[in-house]
Amino acid sequence: MAESLSILVIDDNPIRASIIEAGLREAGHSSVQVISDIEDVAKRIGEIAPDVVIIDLENPNRDVLEHFFALSRIIKRPIAMFVDKSDPAEIEAAVDAGVSAYVVDGLRKDRIKPILDMAIVRFRAYSRLQNELDAARTELQGRKVIDKAKGILMKSRGMSEDDAYALLRSTAMNQNRKIVEIAQALITASELLGP
Amino acid sequence: MGLTQIVAGYVPLLDSAVLLATQEFGFAESEGIELRLVKETSWANIRDRVAIGHFDVAHMLGPMPISANLGLTPLAVPVIAPMALGLGGAAITVSNAVWAAMVDAGAPGDGAPGPSGAALRQVVLARAKAGEERLRFAVVHPESAHNYALRYWLAASGIDPDRDVEIVIVPPPFQPDALAAKRTDGYCVGEPFGSVAVERGIGRIVTTKGHVWQMSPDKVLGMRTQWAERFPEQLAALLRAAVRAARWCEDPANHEALAAMLAREDRLGTDADILMRAIGGRMQFEPGVEQALPDFFVPYSRAANFPWISHALWFYSQMVRWGHVEHTIENVAKARASYRPDLYRNALAGMGMPVPGASSKIEGDLGEAMAVGAQGGRLILGPDGFFDGQKFDPDQLDAYIAAQRQ
Repeated sequence: MAESLSILVIDDNPIRASIIEAGLREAGHSSVQVISDIEDVAKRIGEIAPDVVIIDLENPNRDVLEHFFALSRIIKRPIAMFVDKSDPAEIEAAVDAGVSAYVVDGLRKDRIKPILDMAIVRFRAYSRLQNELDAARTELQGRKVIDKAKGILMKSRGMSEDDAYALLRSTAMNQNRKIVEIAQALITASELLGP
Repeated sequence: MGLTQIVAGYVPLLDSAVLLATQEFGFAESEGIELRLVKETSWANIRDRVAIGHFDVAHMLGPMPISANLGLTPLAVPVIAPMALGLGGAAITVSNAVWAAMVDAGAPGDGAPGPSGAALRQVVLARAKAGEERLRFAVVHPESAHNYALRYWLAASGIDPDRDVEIVIVPPPFQPDALAAKRTDGYCVGEPFGSVAVERGIGRIVTTKGHVWQMSPDKVLGMRTQWAERFPEQLAALLRAAVRAARWCEDPANHEALAAMLAREDRLGTDADILMRAIGGRMQFEPGVEQALPDFFVPYSRAANFPWISHALWFYSQMVRWGHVEHTIENVAKARASYRPDLYRNALAGMGMPVPGASSKIEGDLGEAMAVGAQGGRLILGPDGFFDGQKFDPDQLDAYIAAQRQ
């Protein structure tokens, strides 16, 4: 049994960091540290002595981190970026997913690759989740707008809810616009015209 | 008609102005190009995204292509700079506390680098004597014009940049906060971040990169060698568009429009008033006191877009000086080949814009601005002096490096 790797995850997004951490623990890595603040990285990197560092690409502190690595007094062994310079596809996949990894020199590729693969998969999953969440939020917002517009029509023209919706829909179709746009226009107009 | 899309990465700093203006004010379009501008958060991202082909071209630190070709970067992808994005553009700022101590030690208010450096040396010595912590300066990247200018100034002022002070890395937008929080005592960074500290009342500009070395190089337009070779016509069109944009940026009639564009939230997100200090050459070293520095940031004239081989070799000499790379004949050849004045010259031929006839010059040789031989018009160069009176002759590289080893 190979000795266990010390893995440092630097991410100021706590949800994503916990998803990565969980993945690492499921894969049997017990020595995982998550740090969000670069100041803490500076203080603790010597004591953590990571074999692998995972950082998200949105993090402006990548240049700071790389400088820590360059200072040999902080880290005993040099750290290089990514698993293997000769594997551009893997590197591209990582950058596409928004993650970067640094690995101490001399670590065998077969020990690192599963970690990076997992990070890539989880980063992608997180972005997908984020996109779905954004879409759901937009959708919810749209539904609220339409409900409000329906309410205005029901009150001002004495329509039923179904008729109000049908009117919004047919207007949208005639004008080749989205229902939510028509609804928003109606709300704005009604606000301008006052109670 | 369809435009050819070129993806360009940039870090939100004043000297991304030429690249941003190329797209924003129609210069790209008139060459049949659409620049898709992508804002980045770190130089590491710029480097990696250029290397793997996410970006065709990028706003880069001047030494960055050299680092890539010398194997200092994670991915061994050759990168070249066929154009520079301006001269000057950076300032050295210290905290109010350090400035107060410097004034007591005789620092002048006008940014004169010699007396300012001498005053800082007194402060550094006094702190050492009192057993206080070393001053901590910040730059944005080890291999940057800012790190090398700061170190040059310190070393020439009798301050050892590694022993007498500490130099750390802080991302540009975090510099003022780090200074305010007393995590750093000063920094050398591109605008607007010197002026931001002054405006916030948390720091004082002591001198500028242009005081340390007049008309000194900073950022370049970098790209994979492979991209440049594969799309020579797109490259030439982009260079023509960018140089015309640079000329537009320098014209005072356009300064306000430029500042307004850069100020936008999706660009630099900094007040136009603060940006105007550097753009208009009216810096404030302390709040409310204007300092006329017409050459603070030179985006176009004085051959500001020409990628001088002597600039590449000076950066290389400093990489050697500060232990970033070993001095070998092979490394010199790689550094030299990183800047490509030939490509710049080819692209601009016949445009009626002056291009230097030589590819290299003795840096620090021009005490005053001087007209020199140029293709396509009259060209004024310089002054390009180092504040300590030293010269850098690229043909005497070994001697320069040896002298700096002492």
